[in-house]
Amino acid sequence: MIGIALWISFFLVAMAIVLNAYRLLVGPSLPDRIIALDTMYVNSIALIILYTIWLSTRVYFEGALLIAMLGFISTVAVCKYLLRGDIIE
Amino acid sequence: MAWLDKAWVDTVLEALTAFFLIAGALITFISSFGMVHLRDFYLRMHGPAKATTLGVGLILVACMLYFVLIERTFHIQLLLVTIFLLITAPISAHLLAKVALHQKLPSDTSTTGAPSELREEDVGQEPDTPHPEDPGSSQRP
Amino acid sequence: MLIKRCLPRPILSLILMLVWIMLSDVISYGSVIMGAILGIAIPLLTQRFWDAQPVVKKPLLLIRYTLRVMLDILIANLEVAWLIARPWRRPRPAFVEYPLTLQRDFSITLLASTISLTPGTISANLRLDGRSLLIHVLDTDDEQAVIDEIYHRYERPLMEIYE
Repeated sequence: MIGIALWISFFLVAMAIVLNAYRLLVGPSLPDRIIALDTMYVNSIALIILYTIWLSTRVYFEGALLIAMLGFISTVAVCKYLLRGDIIE
Repeated sequence: MAWLDKAWVDTVLEALTAFFLIAGALITFISSFGMVHLRDFYLRMHGPAKATTLGVGLILVACMLYFVLIERTFHIQLLLVTIFLLITAPISAHLLAKVALHQKLPSDTSTTGAPSELREEDVGQEPDTPHPEDPGSSQRP
Repeated sequence: MLIKRCLPRPILSLILMLVWIMLSDVISYGSVIMGAILGIAIPLLTQRFWDAQPVVKKPLLLIRYTLRVMLDILIANLEVAWLIARPWRRPRPAFVEYPLTLQRDFSITLLASTISLTPGTISANLRLDGRSLLIHVLDTDDEQAVIDEIYHRYERPLMEIYE
């Protein structure tokens, strides 16, 4: 039962990332691309967690945590840069 | 924990894991789908800010249940990821909305009410009016 | 007095300890002791950088508020997912200026985060001199209803808890 559910969710999350990539490439504006990248980070966390379930190992948990942190920080940094043209005051 | 060794517990855990997996993946997919077909930036922002967080949260819950099923251990680290996403998602959404207002992105024609213009201080410069909780700001040069 | 000097921010210390235990992924003597050391050391080292700690006046109400927000997040997400998933009906978005009555920075932050996480609304811009919050609503007919709902559901409890 979990096997089938896992494959379905793999497919759905991968499609979600493809849709994010479409928004990232097409734009039309800069904030659109940032939010596409941000969502891609979060979706890749989901993908990593699914992979963890598939392999039945807990090795990749730290990876998920690191992606969550770096994704948030880079989004904030890019937003700050677009708002003020400067990140560090 | 003896009650965990019963056979029906495994079945229930398996069903719950499968359910949370599918639900999470479905919500994630729908929010990304919304990002493609909605018409202006402010609308597109709603998907990632809320639905993606819940979707990934559900998948993380499914993962926790799965490890309870196979190892009989709770991995609280996954809870940390969920909490982190829950805290950071509104902040990045707020900042992105601010960037969009700053760049004066057009909103959809059916939008009622216009966004107010951003001023210098909203972007992050020093405010002219002193902050109510910061008595020192009025003396600043 | 010694306790107050060693633990200037008890809530922060507790949170740091919990986060450390979660990070190390096991509840053992080692992780609890290391978490306690970090929970005492980090607030002492960084004490001068922190703003005044918010005072929780009604802890029970805070728990109720948290539970309510959790439930709202769940329902809101299903609503938003449903709105997004049917392309044949156009949503009616709106920008709403929400007048703030909260005073403290911390509670305003909490309110803005709550708004962003719950039913079809995103906080977009905070104006401190006019005390207002610009909100983008995904689908609404009645802007006043949105303002009223936010006030009664979230801002009033927050005000009772923190101010």
